[in-house]
Amino acid sequence: MTMTPTAAKPIAADERVGQRNPLQKLLGRPEVGALVGAVVLFIFFASVSQTFIQPNAFATVLYGSSTIGIMAVGVSLLMIGGEFDLSTGVAVISSALTASLFSWYFTTNVWVGVILALAVSLGIGLINGWILVKTKLPSFIVTLASFLMLTGLNLGLTRLIGGSVSSPSISNMDGFDSAQAVFASSVSIGGVDVKITVFIWIALVAVASWILLRTRVGNWIFAVGGDANAARAVGVPVTKTKIGLFMAVGFCGWILGMHNLFAFDSVQSGEGVGNEFLYIIAAVIGGCLLTGGYGSAVGGAIGAFIFGMANKGIVYAQWNPDWFKFFLGLMLLLATIVNLIVKRRAELK
Amino acid sequence: MNAQQIDQQTLLKDEKDPLTHTPVHLLSLENVGKHYGNIIALRDVTMAVDNGRVTCVLGDNGAGKSTLIKIIAGLHQHDEGTLHVMGDARKFSSPREALDAGIATVYQDLAVVPLMPIWRNFFLGSELTSGFGPFKSMDVQKMKDITKKELADMGIDLRDVEQPIGQLSGGERQCVAIARAVYFGAKVLILDEPTAALGVKQSGVVLRYILQARDRGLGVIFITHNPHHAFPVGDRFLLLKRGKSIGYYDKKDITLDELTAQMAGGAELAELAHELEQLGGHSDALEEVKAEVAGVADAAPESPSKKH
Repeated sequence: MTMTPTAAKPIAADERVGQRNPLQKLLGRPEVGALVGAVVLFIFFASVSQTFIQPNAFATVLYGSSTIGIMAVGVSLLMIGGEFDLSTGVAVISSALTASLFSWYFTTNVWVGVILALAVSLGIGLINGWILVKTKLPSFIVTLASFLMLTGLNLGLTRLIGGSVSSPSISNMDGFDSAQAVFASSVSIGGVDVKITVFIWIALVAVASWILLRTRVGNWIFAVGGDANAARAVGVPVTKTKIGLFMAVGFCGWILGMHNLFAFDSVQSGEGVGNEFLYIIAAVIGGCLLTGGYGSAVGGAIGAFIFGMANKGIVYAQWNPDWFKFFLGLMLLLATIVNLIVKRRAELK
Repeated sequence: MNAQQIDQQTLLKDEKDPLTHTPVHLLSLENVGKHYGNIIALRDVTMAVDNGRVTCVLGDNGAGKSTLIKIIAGLHQHDEGTLHVMGDARKFSSPREALDAGIATVYQDLAVVPLMPIWRNFFLGSELTSGFGPFKSMDVQKMKDITKKELADMGIDLRDVEQPIGQLSGGERQCVAIARAVYFGAKVLILDEPTAALGVKQSGVVLRYILQARDRGLGVIFITHNPHHAFPVGDRFLLLKRGKSIGYYDKKDITLDELTAQMAGGAELAELAHELEQLGGHSDALEEVKAEVAGVADAAPESPSKKH
């Protein structure tokens, strides 16, 4: 048995590792496929439609992106943590309904409803996560069940309390104006009205990126998604991390729910169904692996931006919006294939 | 057979901790047993671990090796006997508790997350942070530097600690896991079949790290089913078979041949050779088995380890 690995090792290691140039390193990042897709899509719509690149239209694109992107932040983190959540679409509406129905029924200040809605949203995440870690069932089943239950609760309770399929208007109640200013106002930048959700979205992406890359919790999120057993063996609180991720998704859902409520003054109880897939699509386009352990918050944001561009771009290009879903499916396929190819090539070099 | 079993009484009386010279073992088990329902997984196991010593636990599949380490690592609790750590009787209720008592385990699957960079894996679960309150963030540069230095000290020269750990070879990953345990102040290092899935050369590298960990004053528990790996590095040998201890030897009292014969059950192998002969097995395979039975005197009894 040769016992001189010290002499042979470094040379061999250098041969195999080599130096990667910065471009290759960049190509190894999870969100790069989405970035390429976003640039291509932007150039495409800019060339077919003059209005697309005008500031006002672009602000609208950003707004559309932000309503997906706010949720995509939480969903991306959750997917990196190895789980996903099918109840997000209706949970957003549950949050909005809680706020409006509670403050309407008890004629309280709407802020009371808003705070209660936060508790409900976090609670939904807590219950999802708790059932998941206790039963060890796949998140697909657990959250599919909560998706169905929440859909039913939204419709049933709204009719029971408000007597209609939509929540009653709360526009003349105390605190409505201040809540609207927080969740659904616009900021004028150089004569262009930019919705506040755009700023909330960017702030959330920044915070999520910081958590993911620079804090212990971020390390744990990657670890529980990459290999939960290994993480547990070295002392990572796996169950707390997973439950926390579901609650983070709940928090994002609360913000979007409040926006949906205060952008108007009532909420349709049957809304939200199907939106959960848009959030997952944004995260996947952004380079998050369905199997967990890999991805980024910025990627999810780019995914949401691609969604926003496609959604509004079709309108600005004056095509029939019927084509949108086809377009979305194609984008999803292309983006994930590009992701895969780019990642493989970057890792091979 | 002139192998001399270590008697538990003489062991406790005469053996001294080589560093502190107190008659206390770093970790010791006395008549430890464990059953799952009516299945007896382990019974009457006695062993000791000291600073700067390697205790090897040998046994075939199903001999109770895993149960034994699970008890020491805090994944399971023993039902009989006592487990002493630095003289105190303990019963760990979680891996965290065992870790806090200075017992680190490097599992067969290594407990690393393949997609994560080496430095993130190295510090996983024990990240260094700076700042306070909600703004506590990881000290990334410091963690990268420490990872690089610790691995260099173990003789692994990595250019890029940002590499996903999944890209390293099995032996290198094993070494990262050992380096991690050493850095985080393990006093007892349990290695669960570290050479099981490795080739000859990689195994040699890992065995060298075992000796390095020993020379740093750690007590090492080396679990393996390969006496050729155990004998060169081990100071004491505990042999398990069907959940029972079938021998506990000091290195000076046993030879590699005796160890191999005891462990694989020389009689069983002879029986197997006989059976194969009757069945008309391939002659080269038979030769192999016969060679094994005949003893492995010529198979490298020379120990590569430093004599101490």
